[in-house]
Amino acid sequence: MRTRRLRLTSLALSAASLLALSLAGCSNGSGSGGDANVSLRMTVWSNDPSQTALFNSIAADYRKTHPDVASIAFDYIPIDNYTTALTTQIAGSNPPDMAWVLERDAPDFVSSGALTDLTPTLQKAAGYQYDDLTPAATKLWKQGGDLYAYPFSTSPFGMFYNKDLLTKAGVAQTPDQLLAAHQWTWQNAEKMAAQVAAHTDKQGLVVRDWDYKTWVQLAGVWRGWGADAWSADGKTCGFDSPQMQQAMAFLHDAIFQDKALPGPGETADFFAGESGLTITQISRATLLATHPFDWGIVPLPSGPAGASQVIGQAGIGVMTKGSHKQQAADFLAYFSDAANSTKLARYFPPARTSQLTTATLAKANPMFTPQQLQDVVIDGIKTGSVLPSHKNSAKIANLVQNALDPMWKSGADVDAVLSGVCKAIAPALSE
Amino acid sequence: MTTVHETEPTGERASTSRPPAGSGRFWTLRRQDTLSGWLFVLPQALGFLAFVLYPLIAVVYYSFHTSNVLSGVTKYAGTRNYSQLVHDPATPSVARATVLFCIGLVVINIALAMLLAVLLNQRLRGTTVFRTLFFSPVVVSLVAWTITWNFLLQNNGGINSMLHVVGIEGPNWLRGDNSALVSVVIVQVFKNVGLNMVLFLAALQGVPRSLLEAAEIDGAGAWRRFRSVVLPLISPTTLLTTIVTISGSLQVFAQIQILTEGGPNNRTNVLVYFFYQQAFDNHDFGYGSAVAVVLFAIILVLTLVQWRLRKKWVFYES
Repeated sequence: MRTRRLRLTSLALSAASLLALSLAGCSNGSGSGGDANVSLRMTVWSNDPSQTALFNSIAADYRKTHPDVASIAFDYIPIDNYTTALTTQIAGSNPPDMAWVLERDAPDFVSSGALTDLTPTLQKAAGYQYDDLTPAATKLWKQGGDLYAYPFSTSPFGMFYNKDLLTKAGVAQTPDQLLAAHQWTWQNAEKMAAQVAAHTDKQGLVVRDWDYKTWVQLAGVWRGWGADAWSADGKTCGFDSPQMQQAMAFLHDAIFQDKALPGPGETADFFAGESGLTITQISRATLLATHPFDWGIVPLPSGPAGASQVIGQAGIGVMTKGSHKQQAADFLAYFSDAANSTKLARYFPPARTSQLTTATLAKANPMFTPQQLQDVVIDGIKTGSVLPSHKNSAKIANLVQNALDPMWKSGADVDAVLSGVCKAIAPALSE
Repeated sequence: MTTVHETEPTGERASTSRPPAGSGRFWTLRRQDTLSGWLFVLPQALGFLAFVLYPLIAVVYYSFHTSNVLSGVTKYAGTRNYSQLVHDPATPSVARATVLFCIGLVVINIALAMLLAVLLNQRLRGTTVFRTLFFSPVVVSLVAWTITWNFLLQNNGGINSMLHVVGIEGPNWLRGDNSALVSVVIVQVFKNVGLNMVLFLAALQGVPRSLLEAAEIDGAGAWRRFRSVVLPLISPTTLLTTIVTISGSLQVFAQIQILTEGGPNNRTNVLVYFFYQQAFDNHDFGYGSAVAVVLFAIILVLTLVQWRLRKKWVFYES
C-alpha cells in the first residue's frame, strides 16, 4: 500500500510540475487577452514617484475613453542596465509595447526595424499638431522622413552651482555674474572649481554620471573646443583631432594639476552639497526640490570655439515585436499630444515649438527663473547638439572607455592615448 | 548490504503487488517500477532539459550564427565568431586577466583557508568566535558584500582614509593597473575563504591523533608532521576545494561588474565578464555565445585534468 501511495504521490507531483511548466510556457507575461482587453506596458528608467504619478494619471485619463485598454503599466528598469535589460526582453520574446530609448541607442533602434513607424498615427491623431515637433528634436529619431520614436525629453546640459559653497570658497564672481559679463569661459569655470576644492573640504566640479567610465558625458566639455567623438557621418574618428587634444589636455590638467575635478575613484554628489559645480541635464533639477543650499544654473561655459550647448535626448518608441502595436501607438499619440506634453514639461523639456516659450516652461518649472529657462533650456535646445550616438553604440562605448582608461592618471600622454582611442574604434566605426 | 536491498522489496512485492505469473497484464511489476522511476525523476529532468541542456545546445547553435537582437535576424556565420575571438585585440588582455585572477584566487584562497583551519583546529579559547567570524561572509549576500567593498576601496574611501591616518598614501585600488585585479581577488577571497576553511577544518578533525603521536614519537617536528602526515590525509579535501575554487574563479561576475566593470583598460576583464559584455552590452549574441562555449570548454578541460591527476596527488580516496 505504501509503495502504491508513494507512486500515486509522485505521479501527482509530476503532473503538477508538467502543468506548471505548460502554464508558464503558455503565458507571455503581459496578461493581455484579445484586442478587447489589452494590457499595455512601457519600459521607463525613471522611478521618481511624482513622475510615475503623472504617467499613471495620463494613462487613467486615456483608459476612460478607451475601454479596450484594460491596463497601462510603466515598467521601471534602472538606467545603468536599461538597454541591456530591454534588449534581453526583446531577445526573450517578451518585448514591451512601448519603450524609452536613450539617444545613444537611437541609431541602432531606428535602423534595425525594432521600432514601428509612428508618423501615420501621430499625423492622424485629432489635434496632435505633428508639425509642431521641432526638426532638431526629431532628427535623431527619423529614417527616410518617417518618425520612429517621439522625443519626449530634449534636455539641455547646464552648469549647476552651489552659491553657498562658492561664497565659502571666496569666489568673487558667481557663474551668473560671469555669464552676464561675457566671461563665462571654461578657464574661469575651472579656476572657480579649483578654488572651491582648495578652500573648502568639498570637491570643485563634478561631471555627473561620468565617473571616468561614461565618457560621452564629456561632450559638454570638448564641444567648447569644437571637438567631437566622430564626424557627422560617423565614419571618421575625432578623438585624435587637435581640438580634442587641447580639450582633453585642459581636462587632464584640471583633474591632476589643479584638482578642480574629483580624481578617479573619488565620489562627490553636487545635489548632496558635496561639490561647488556640476554639469548635468536640467531635468536633474528635481533633485534640488529639498535642497539644503542656495543654487543657480547657467549654460555650459564657452571654449576656444565659443559657446557650445549639449542636449541629452530620450524617445518613446512602439516595439515592432509588441503584441498591440496599434493600441500602443494610439496611446503614445495621446501621451505626447499638446496637452499632455505641457504636463510632462515639468520634468522633460518638450519637443514642441509652441511650448518652448519662457511663459509655458515657467508654469511647468517653478524652480527656475525665466532668465535661467531662457538661457539654459530655450537657447540650449535651439543652439545645442545632441550627445554623440552611433550604430553599434554599446560596442563603441566599451572600446572608447577601455582605450581612454590610461589617460586617467597623473603624467599620462594625452595625445598618445587619444590616438589609441581612434585605433581602437576605427574598425567599429567603419562597420 | 546488497542482500538487504534485494530481499526487502521482494518480500513486500510478493505479498502485495506481484501479478500472477503468465497473467498477461500490461502493467507488469517491471513496467510499474520503470514508470515510478521516471515519474520520480521527471520534475528534475524537466528542469534540467529546460534550463541546462536546451540553453547549452542553444549557445552552441548561436555561436555559429550572427544574431541581431533588435531586428531579430539570425544568420549562419560558420566559425566567424570563433575566428573573431582569436583576432580580437581585447583577447590577450582578457586571457591575462582570467589566468591571473584564477591563479591569484586559488592560491590565496586555498592557502589562507588551510592556514585558518590549522589555527582554528588548535584547542584554544575563542576559536568558535573566530570560526564564526571567518565563515560569516559566506552567508552574506554577494552583491551587498561587494557594494560595501566598493565604498571601502574608493580612492577617498574607508581603507585609504585609515591608511592616511597612519601616514600611508594608499593606491587608487580600483583604478590602478595592478591594484584593481588584486583588489577584486582579495574581495573574493574574503567572501569565500570561510567555506574552504570549514571544509579543511572538518578534514583536519578527521586526521587520527594516533598517527600524529606516532610521528611525534619518531621525532618528526610540527612542520614535518603537517607535510608528511596531515597534508596527505586531507588531500581529498584539497582536491575538492581546488576544483570548486578554480571553477568558481572562472565564473566570477558580480564582483567585476560592481567593482571595476572590467577596467581599467581590460585589466580585470575576465572571460565570463567579457562574454556578458559581448552578449548583453553589445547585443552580439553570436560572438557572446562563442565566448561562452570557449569558457565552458576551459572549465570542462580543467576539471577533467584535475580529476585525471587526482591519483598522483590525492593520498587516498574512500
